[in-house]
Amino acid sequence: MNRFILSRILQAVPTLWVIATLTFFMTRFAPGGPFDAEKTIPEEIKVKLHSHFGLDLPLFDQYLLYLKNLLQGDLGPSFKYPGWEVSELIGSAFPVSLTLGLLSLCIALLIGLPAGIIAALRQNTWLDYLPMSLSMAGICLPSFVLGPMLIFAFSTQLGLFPPLGWYGATDWVLPSLTLGFFYAAYVARLTRAGMLETLKLDYIRTARAKGASDWRIIFGHALRGGLLPVVTFLGPAFAGLISGSFVIETIFFIPGLGKFFVTAAFNRDYTMVLGTVLFYATLILMLNLLVDLLQAVLDPKSRSSS
Amino acid sequence: MYSHRLNNLLLWPASLALWFLLHGCTQPTNVEIALDEQILHFGLGAEPQHLDPHLATSVAAHNILSALLEGLVGEDPKTLKPVPGVAHRWEKSADGLTYLFFLREQAKWSNGDSVTAHDFVYSFRRILNPSLGAQYASMLHPIKNAKIYHAGEKSWDESKVGARALNDHLLEIVLEYPIPYFLELLNHYSWFPVHRPTIEQHDAYARMGTAWTRPGNFVGNGPFSLTSHRINSVIETRRNEFYWDADKVRLQGIHFYPIESVDTEERAYRSGFLHLTQSVSADRIDYLKEKYPGELHCEPYLGTYFYRFNLQSPPFDDLRIRRALSLSINRERLVDKVLKGGQLPATTFTPPGTGGFFPTPKFPYDPQLARQLLMEYLDEKGLERLPPIELTYNTSEGHKKVAEALHGMWKDTLGVEIRLLNMEWKVFLSTISRGEFSLARAGWIGDYMDPHTFLQMWRSGDGLNMTGWSNQSYDAALARAETSVSPEERMDHFQTCEDLLATEVPILPLYFYVHLTLRHPSVKGWHPTLLDHHPYKHVYLATEDEQ
Repeated sequence: MNRFILSRILQAVPTLWVIATLTFFMTRFAPGGPFDAEKTIPEEIKVKLHSHFGLDLPLFDQYLLYLKNLLQGDLGPSFKYPGWEVSELIGSAFPVSLTLGLLSLCIALLIGLPAGIIAALRQNTWLDYLPMSLSMAGICLPSFVLGPMLIFAFSTQLGLFPPLGWYGATDWVLPSLTLGFFYAAYVARLTRAGMLETLKLDYIRTARAKGASDWRIIFGHALRGGLLPVVTFLGPAFAGLISGSFVIETIFFIPGLGKFFVTAAFNRDYTMVLGTVLFYATLILMLNLLVDLLQAVLDPKSRSSS
Repeated sequence: MYSHRLNNLLLWPASLALWFLLHGCTQPTNVEIALDEQILHFGLGAEPQHLDPHLATSVAAHNILSALLEGLVGEDPKTLKPVPGVAHRWEKSADGLTYLFFLREQAKWSNGDSVTAHDFVYSFRRILNPSLGAQYASMLHPIKNAKIYHAGEKSWDESKVGARALNDHLLEIVLEYPIPYFLELLNHYSWFPVHRPTIEQHDAYARMGTAWTRPGNFVGNGPFSLTSHRINSVIETRRNEFYWDADKVRLQGIHFYPIESVDTEERAYRSGFLHLTQSVSADRIDYLKEKYPGELHCEPYLGTYFYRFNLQSPPFDDLRIRRALSLSINRERLVDKVLKGGQLPATTFTPPGTGGFFPTPKFPYDPQLARQLLMEYLDEKGLERLPPIELTYNTSEGHKKVAEALHGMWKDTLGVEIRLLNMEWKVFLSTISRGEFSLARAGWIGDYMDPHTFLQMWRSGDGLNMTGWSNQSYDAALARAETSVSPEERMDHFQTCEDLLATEVPILPLYFYVHLTLRHPSVKGWHPTLLDHHPYKHVYLATEDEQ
């Protein structure tokens, strides 16, 4: 197992290098630059700015310098906010996105798993139709509709929660619900499908014939196999959740990573684009590894094949 | 067979919902609490790029820096006329070239140090230092020889820059030429002082991106001091006890929220999170007018929305086509039927009233003459119709609406086909600066209250011109306006510039901006001003009955 983990980590290094290289050159070849503005900057000032950020060097030298700094863990200063290091900005935004992502994931699992299990156990009854219809609505309803609806109901009308911001625990509720509902809908449908498939298998029939209790059949046997599709989905979904959601952050004015991820590209904030892309890529690689390990624990077949 | 367990499972969502409801309890809003706390919650729009006055370039930065720093003069809250600031009085020489500023001895930095004339000289020297790369350094070029020092050709002493501290509290500024709006200019943040020991401690004299502007490091001399800065979240300030006029400052603090989305900002306002918004979505004006009649404010703003022609290539190298397009625009209809936000139709480039200048309207609506000019052009060129024209604008619903309206007007009047080409912002800027356009959207916000801030950009070869238009008479009139001592003569020269713009039509002024904002009735001492400046020391929060 240790060898497996080590080899996966080693595989990640060239992947990250390719991503860094592609991103570096794609950002540099995009039209426009970080200092383009409606009030044009005098040429001599532009020269100073380019020199300050090392843009006066030949492109390949810039690339080598970037890789060298990257190896030392230095992502450089943001072009948009020159007073801040990219690592500092990511470092301040990531805990926000992580909190929001974890809460949303909890909501997704707390709602999605029971709903999916109930629907599978009561297939073709109202307990199946109702959660599945709601989950379809959850998938179809975009967060930029659900978010303002929740704000209107729980903040503007009832005054229960703040409408926006990220200053205290009560601020977490509405954005987590908005983001969580969407994922809950997916989790519910995947759980239902996984459970339905598993419940039909011979070993469940055997367990039932042996007189195992309902509780033991569901939670001891069926759930383990039934959750495999959910676990596969959760890896990239979790990376997406904790790396920030631009839409949710915009609606609820949350200082998370998603905003940097999107606006850095618009601002041609080269270092920030690279920083966020690499951060996101690292997260995806790590979480995919985690999912593989988790699957190995849940599924003996995948354990033997890996 | 699973019913018992199922009931338990069903309780989960219900318990969760109950927990949320019990956990969250009805909370007083920011606006409700603020009446006691005297904290103004301010929608900032965008996160400022810099909080260093010598590197800042945005309206958002101005809004914060005018709380944290104070220049030689202040602004009257209603008229923005210069009033005593760090200088309690000033004297102007008879030729209008030399100013003596008498600094008040009580003026202090937020750490208790005295604000001296040396601090101002140091600050001017810093922003003009070519190594700093300050974008707004040219704002200080009116100081005698400042341009020479800024060009990096000579040292400060060798350049003999016209800014000297005669003693700790007496500052002399000598100008290149008399500037009637010089005192107004001093309220631009590029003229604000910085605290020398702080700058030196952070090695920020010639370097951008140092930590001196962080909370805990920032030492200012304004009515408020910086207490916290969470990027994309909030910038908090509190009343500066060391401020010379602290007794008059009624607000205990200002919290600035960089909410970029206008919809989110509106929701924040409606939920009592903000006292004022930076802007309002044009689509929401009708609704807000009805629901918040006393709170939606539409105030004139020192800015012009216009289109640039590219005179380097056909058909806009021909004056008749430029005039034909201009004459077929019904600007009244554009603002009344399309924009609907209280904007004013622009028949001049400089907004009327800028620094007391009321230019004569010159861009008329005359569809018949427009058709005649087009026919003349087509006959001469042997064309049946004009080839389609590309109109470039940066992606935005607002710009699209204007472009579509103009497309309709030109098609109806002239039968001209317009291709609308929208581009992402940076691509747009790079395309325009390379001159790869025929007709392009633009906007200009004045930096100070004088026509010069508008008309200087059409000088031949100016970096902001970008139309390829060059006119010697215009350059001469502008140069005369710049050096003219008599206010009447200056206005005449500016009028000449306006006349030439209307005759030569290198641009199409469309409308004058307005500042649309939602403002809570409890915000007092806040007056509409053309530059959207609001000296915070006069602002306070009170209920309707209190004053």
